[in-house]
Amino acid sequence: MNKAWKGRAVAVATGGSAFATIGAVVWILATIGIGGWQNLTWEFLTQSPKQGMTEGGIFPAIVGTFLLVLLMSIAGVPIGTVTAIYLNEYVGRQSKVGRGIRFAVNTLSGIPAIVFGLFGLGFFIQFVGGGIDRIANHGQLVWGQPNILWASLTMAFLTLPVMIVSVEEAMKNVPGELREASLALGATRLETIWKIVLPQSASGILTGAILAISRGAGEVAPILFTGAAYFLPDLPDGLTSQFMHLGYHIYIMSTQSPDVDATRPIQFATTFVLLALTFTLNFLAVLLRWHMRRRAIR
Amino acid sequence: MTEDIKIRAKDLNLHYGQKQALRDIDLDIERNRVTALIGPSGCGKSTFLRCLNRMNDLIESASIKGRVEVDGMDIYGSDIDPVLLRRKVGMIFQKSNPFPKSIYENIAYGPRIHGIKDKRALDEIVERSLRGAALWDEVKDELTKSGMALSGGQQQRLCIARAIAVDPEVLLMDEPASALDPIATAKIEELIWQLKETYTIVIVTHSMHQASRVSDTTAFFYMGEMVEMGPTQKIFTSPSQKRTEDYITGRFG
Repeated sequence: MNKAWKGRAVAVATGGSAFATIGAVVWILATIGIGGWQNLTWEFLTQSPKQGMTEGGIFPAIVGTFLLVLLMSIAGVPIGTVTAIYLNEYVGRQSKVGRGIRFAVNTLSGIPAIVFGLFGLGFFIQFVGGGIDRIANHGQLVWGQPNILWASLTMAFLTLPVMIVSVEEAMKNVPGELREASLALGATRLETIWKIVLPQSASGILTGAILAISRGAGEVAPILFTGAAYFLPDLPDGLTSQFMHLGYHIYIMSTQSPDVDATRPIQFATTFVLLALTFTLNFLAVLLRWHMRRRAIR
Repeated sequence: MTEDIKIRAKDLNLHYGQKQALRDIDLDIERNRVTALIGPSGCGKSTFLRCLNRMNDLIESASIKGRVEVDGMDIYGSDIDPVLLRRKVGMIFQKSNPFPKSIYENIAYGPRIHGIKDKRALDEIVERSLRGAALWDEVKDELTKSGMALSGGQQQRLCIARAIAVDPEVLLMDEPASALDPIATAKIEELIWQLKETYTIVIVTHSMHQASRVSDTTAFFYMGEMVEMGPTQKIFTSPSQKRTEDYITGRFG
């Protein structure tokens, strides 16, 4: 009797925990899905905010998010790929250098996002940007203030571990026999990497980029001090412009708006767009990875 | 005498970390002949083969002492670029390893790397190499098909075609037929006979029948040492060493 009760209690507790997770997901998706879908219109996606942001759309935030992840990828994808090449093709798996870099990559992925924001502010804006202004602009503020370039570079650092791990994974799946075949034909190491290893890792590089973009599109903390703006009716027109961002837009709408209730429909719809964007990107990454695995087996 | 020697190893020793894999190897390989290296697993025959085009350079723990000469030049000398050496000394691996590219691209890969860009020159090399590897008639209408889609035997001949496309002088073959069925094996062996007119061939094989069928000279390796070397016929009928006799009569290995 006593044992049977215990068994039932365990079943209820474990089942309950599992259902709590499912419940949370369903609740979030249902709330955002219903609330967002109702307020999603073509005008909302294509127009700027109006009337103290209680009306109008989120077009500048969509463009800003897009430009942010684009610049981030231009910086992050090559650096991540080159790091993975170095780790996988040049240093031994057990060497001190390799282990040191891997430790750094793992540590980087454990640093809270807000710390990256502070790093971006201190390093890119004050040190690099401020330095450029002192030398090139007679102390006039051009680069030494938040802008989309510094925000993108900060985000690139945040997403670097995802990128490196993903590319390295793909390179590990390139059979050693192919490298040997290439070298035995008189190809150099670099030619082998460029013509055999990299093309074979293309889907891994793409997966890494998509995962990084998905993460970069959703994070707010790193761009808080480095470039995101509260309200900009105009689109960024250069690297020194600030920008609007979907995640940041949700944050200011729900905490900084003079009339939070009036912006509620916009909050729902913005969250809907952001979720749809990150889900689509993650789904793409899963598809690519599946495709890559299948090819590795064959 | 030296005219006929293509490759000469002298006092060659190789260690993997602490473990000695080759011990005082002295071995001459004659030009335009097929030399077979036989011996039980782990005897060092593959390791020796990979010394001849410096593929062991890729293994961090391997350290080499002694000399290997190709055409009288020490290939471990400081002025030798292993990349250039490997153009001259090609290699066929145990497991066929075509690139995941088309048949055409597999063969054009080497010549392209060495600077040939002209489409017509490449076409010509591809055809000549495929003919040289006795594969042309089977694939001439589907050169754009993936090399991975060929049968095992065809893949191995594609790898041979790829190796001869860069115009080497020596072909090293590391158990090239060990994963193939008897018919595909027979084709490869026939091909080896044809290839020796143009190339110096060194073949590692675990099949004594194969060694006796394809080679002019046979060297028997045992536990990192080269025990005996001589004309294939003699090694298989009247070896001078007891260990060789025990091996070829199947008493061990």
